[in-house]
Amino acid sequence: MKAPRILIKGGRLIDPAEGVDEVCDLLIEGGKVAARGKGLKAEGAQGLDAKGKVVAPGFIDLHVHLRFPGQEQKETLITGSKAAIKGGFTTICTMANTDPVIDSGAVIESVKAQTGKLGWIRILPYAAVTMGLKGETLTEMGELRAAVAVGFSDDGMPILNAGLMRRALEYTRLAGPPVIAHCEEKSLTGAGVMHDGVTATRLGLAGMPAEAETVMIARDLLLAEGTRGRLHIAHVSTGAGVELIRAAKGRGVQVTAEVTPHHLTLTDEALNTYESRFKMNPPLRTEADLEALRNGLRDGTLDAVATDHAPHSRAEKELDLGAAPFGVVGLETAAAVLLTELVNRGTVPLPVLIASLTARPAQVLGIDRGRLSKGSAADVTILDLEADWIVEAGSFASKGVNSPFLGWRLKGQVTDVLVAGEPVLRNGQFLVNGESA
Amino acid sequence: MSGWTRKDLLGLEELSREELTLLLDQAKAFQEVSLRPIKKVPALRGRTVALCFLEPSTRTRTSFELAAKRLSADILQIQPASSSLVKGETILDTARTLEAMRVEIVVLRHNVSGVPAMVARAIGPSVINAGDGSHEHPTQGLVDLFTILEKKGRIAGLNVLIVGDILHSRVARSNLWGLSKLGARVTVCGPPTLIPQGIESLGAEVSYRLEEPLPKADVLIALRLQLERQKEQYIPSFREYSRLYGIDREKLKGAKPDLIVMHPGPVNRGLELSPEVADGPNSVILEQVTNGIAVRMAVLYLVAGARGERGSVCGRMSW
Repeated sequence: MKAPRILIKGGRLIDPAEGVDEVCDLLIEGGKVAARGKGLKAEGAQGLDAKGKVVAPGFIDLHVHLRFPGQEQKETLITGSKAAIKGGFTTICTMANTDPVIDSGAVIESVKAQTGKLGWIRILPYAAVTMGLKGETLTEMGELRAAVAVGFSDDGMPILNAGLMRRALEYTRLAGPPVIAHCEEKSLTGAGVMHDGVTATRLGLAGMPAEAETVMIARDLLLAEGTRGRLHIAHVSTGAGVELIRAAKGRGVQVTAEVTPHHLTLTDEALNTYESRFKMNPPLRTEADLEALRNGLRDGTLDAVATDHAPHSRAEKELDLGAAPFGVVGLETAAAVLLTELVNRGTVPLPVLIASLTARPAQVLGIDRGRLSKGSAADVTILDLEADWIVEAGSFASKGVNSPFLGWRLKGQVTDVLVAGEPVLRNGQFLVNGESA
Repeated sequence: MSGWTRKDLLGLEELSREELTLLLDQAKAFQEVSLRPIKKVPALRGRTVALCFLEPSTRTRTSFELAAKRLSADILQIQPASSSLVKGETILDTARTLEAMRVEIVVLRHNVSGVPAMVARAIGPSVINAGDGSHEHPTQGLVDLFTILEKKGRIAGLNVLIVGDILHSRVARSNLWGLSKLGARVTVCGPPTLIPQGIESLGAEVSYRLEEPLPKADVLIALRLQLERQKEQYIPSFREYSRLYGIDREKLKGAKPDLIVMHPGPVNRGLELSPEVADGPNSVILEQVTNGIAVRMAVLYLVAGARGERGSVCGRMSW
C-alpha cells in the first residue's frame, strides 16, 4: 500500500524530542515527515485540518498485555490494535506472559510475523527473562535480541532469585535492551489484593505493603549499579520507590522507570466499592504516593507513562475480589485521563505529558520513534483538548472493559492517528477494518 | 425517629446512631416471641429467605434459620456442597438465580470481604451480610450491642476491650463501628502482628499488653483465634498466645468485678478463654447466643419492611 501525501495544517505541533511547541504545518510523504513549517503548500496532497488541535508524535506504550498469542478470550490482535489506535498509541511493547510464553527465538519470530501481517500499528514484543517465566533459567537473550526483542521482562512474575536477576542484568551488557522489572517481594504481598493501609483495614481486605515494591526496587537498583546493566522499572507505585530511583539516577545507574495513568490519578480508597476493576498489581496507593509519582513524572525521574493495559474477560472480573485477576485496561483512556487530571489542573505541563508518551519512552528502549523531524517515520497523533466525553464500557474497542475510569467525564481526546503516514483513525472513526472478534 | 429504609444490611459502618437504636429496639420487642409456647409471629408469612452460607457456619446459620422461622418466612438453604458454586457458577450467577425465583431476602456468608456488597449491587432482593471475609459481621455486632445494653443498661461511656486477632476479625470491625457510634470507648489488644494498620484512625485505642487496659474494662470481648495463624507465622506458638492474651481467672483478678466476658464463638477453650472463665460468673456467652435470634428477627423484619413486604406484628418497646 502506498502511503498518501497528507498536509496536516494549522495544529499546535508539540515534538519534545526536537524541543518544538508551535503552530505549524506538517507534510507527510511516503510514510515519512517530508517537511514542517508555517504556511506549507503541497499540490495534490490531502488536507487534514488540525486548527485548534495538538499534533504530536504517535504515542509509545512500553507496557501492554496484548494477550496474543493464546489468550484471545481476553484480547485479540485486532481488538488490542484498535484499542491502541483509539488511545493514540502507534507503537506498543507487549509483554511475554502469553501462551506460549515468549521465551524462544521461534516463538518471538512467529509472533512478530503475525503482528506484522496485520500491521495497523507497530507491535514490539518483549521476551521473557527466564524460561516459562519460572524464575529458574535465563532465556537465550542474545538470540532473542537478534530476533528483535526490544526488552526482557517476566512481568507479572517478579524475579525473586537475586542471583538470577544479577545474571540477567549482567547479560544486558551483551544483549542491549533493558531488563524490565516487576518489583514485588512475594513473601510480603502474599494473598493481598490491595494496598496495605487504613482502607484495607477498614474493608477487611488483605494488604500488599508498599515495602513489597520498594525492597525490590532497592535490590534491583543496587544490582544494576553493581553490574552496570540496563534496568527499567515497570509501573512504579510508591513514593519511596520514586525516591530510590531518583537517587540511583543521581549516582549514574543505568535505570529508567515508568508510571501508569491509574497510579497517577487514583488511590486505594477507590476500593471502597469492592469492584475488581480497581484491583491491579501493584495496587493503588495513597494520596502521598500519588503526589510523589506526579513529581517524579514532572522532573523526569519517571521517564514514561505506560498503561499496563491488562484486559480480562468479563466473567473473570465478575468474580469476587479475592478470585478476580489483577489488572485493568488502559490504552483507550490514558491520554484523556492524564489531560483531564494532570494537564487541565496545571499539575503537569502538556509538553511534559506528551514527552512521557513519546520521546521519553522511545529513549528508554532506544527505538527510532517518538519524534516528527524531517525524515522521521510519520507516526502522528492528533488531540482535541476541548473534546468532552464520558468513559462508557460499551464504547471500548478493547475486549476488556475492566477500566477503573468507567463513568468518568474527561476533557481531551485523540481524534486522528497516522501510522507510517497511513491514516488509521479520523475524527475518532477507525479507517482500518477487521472483525472485532 | 424515622423508620428503616435500607434495602440491605451490609455493615454497621454505614449505619447511623438512629438506625442502630432502631434495630436494637426492634430486637427488644422480638425477645418475648422466643419465650412464648408457640414461638411464631406471621410477620414474614409468604416471604422467602435464602440462607446462602458459602463458608462453614453453624451458629449464625441456625440463628438466622430460627429467626426466619419465628417470623413465619419460607426458608431456602444454599450450601456449597449442594450448590452449583462447586460446579464453577459464580456467586453473581447464584444470586441472579435466586432473584429469578423471587426470593425476597438473601442472607449471605462468604469468606471474601465485599461479596455481599457486590451481590447487593447486582440484584433486587435484599442482602443481609452474615459475615464477609475480614470485613464485617453486622448481626454479631448488633448481638453484642444488645447483650451489653441488657447487662449494663447503656453503651455510652463504657470501656470495651476487644482481645485477639483483630487483623482477620470481621466481628471486631463491626463491634468497633457499633460501639463507637453509640459512645463506648474501644480498645483493641493483641499481638502486634494481628493488629491491622491504622486501626487507631477508625476510633480504637491499641494496646499490646493485656494488663494495661484490663483493669478499666467494663466489657471484654475475646475473639476466636483461627488455628492456621500459627502456620502463617502471626504468632510464634499457641502457648505464647495463651500466656499473653488468653483470659483466665488469674488475669481477671485485676479486672472490675462486674466485668462481662463475651465471645462470638465457637470458643477455643484454653486458648482465648480458660474453661473457668468461659463458664464462669462473668461470662455472658450463652446470652449472646439467645439474643442472636431476636436481633436477627429484627434485621429480617426491618429489611422486609423497607421492601413494603410484611405485616405488622407488635409494637416497639423502648429500653
